[in-house]
Amino acid sequence: MELQEFISNFADQFEDTDASEITKNTIFKDLDEWSSLLALSVSAMAEEEYGVSFKGDDIRNASTVEDLYMILKNKS
Amino acid sequence: MYNPFSLSRKTILVTGASSGIGKATAIECSKLGASVIITGRNRERLNETFSELENEGHNQVIADLCETSSLQNLVTGIEHIDGIVHCAGITKNIPFQFATTDKLSEIINLNFFAPTELTRLLVKNKKINKGGSIVFISSVSGVLCSAPASSMYSASKGAVNGLIKGIALDLAPRGIRVNSVIPGVVETNIFEAGVISEEQLEENKRMYPLKRFGKPIEIAHSVIYLLSDASAWITGSNLLIDGGLTLQ
Repeated sequence: MELQEFISNFADQFEDTDASEITKNTIFKDLDEWSSLLALSVSAMAEEEYGVSFKGDDIRNASTVEDLYMILKNKS
Repeated sequence: MYNPFSLSRKTILVTGASSGIGKATAIECSKLGASVIITGRNRERLNETFSELENEGHNQVIADLCETSSLQNLVTGIEHIDGIVHCAGITKNIPFQFATTDKLSEIINLNFFAPTELTRLLVKNKKINKGGSIVFISSVSGVLCSAPASSMYSASKGAVNGLIKGIALDLAPRGIRVNSVIPGVVETNIFEAGVISEEQLEENKRMYPLKRFGKPIEIAHSVIYLLSDASAWITGSNLLIDGGLTLQ
């Protein structure tokens, strides 16, 4: 699993947020478009692409996109 | 003692009895005098429910309702029953764009096909007594509303909604009633494995005029009403029990 690929898959879940706005350091919960539905999309994407699922606390405890990536990496 | 909700001399089959609504329903049925047959997949947890049943004459059967042989075995072991409560079910919060046919099948298999086939086999083999009552645990979701990332779950419960109305008509000549209860969110461990955070759950609770989720025992009591002779003229209906959620 590559960080860049994860960032791209993560950004893909957004409609109104341009992919260029999302980097490994993005505090994703501060994005206007972030919502609980998006959290579920990110989780479903992780399961589909990487076969790993996030728990509610995983996403809550993460701040940046890279944090999420690390959580995922540690699970896979 | 006068009790129109009594279940004495009735035998009730409860699926999904190892936890949540199924467990509470089985226990409450036993307290109201029913002989209860409980089924579930997990031997240990089913046994826990079994040990909490009051009075005598109960049975437990380990069964995976999605497996034909398991289902057949369950039906064969049953002599005659007066009621079925279909509690076995799963939920998955998956946004629609990820709702693949595989994932949908998993939910529809357990929430729709399994209770449908179990009911069919029991009816075909004439195992349900005249005056019997069949109760499906459905949901407000799929009947009156839905929720984000709940399309698959709603679809399964919407299917149940159509099913009970059709079965109610087909079984009316045999004096068998068919209804569902449609709860809002109930506090069960169906959430434990999910991605929904504590904060999100607290936020969801605030959507309910009565400011909390339902309790399994509260659903059990509405099921008991539908099983008892107190509801003898009710068939094909959905009993709403949602803390006022769908009022606004």
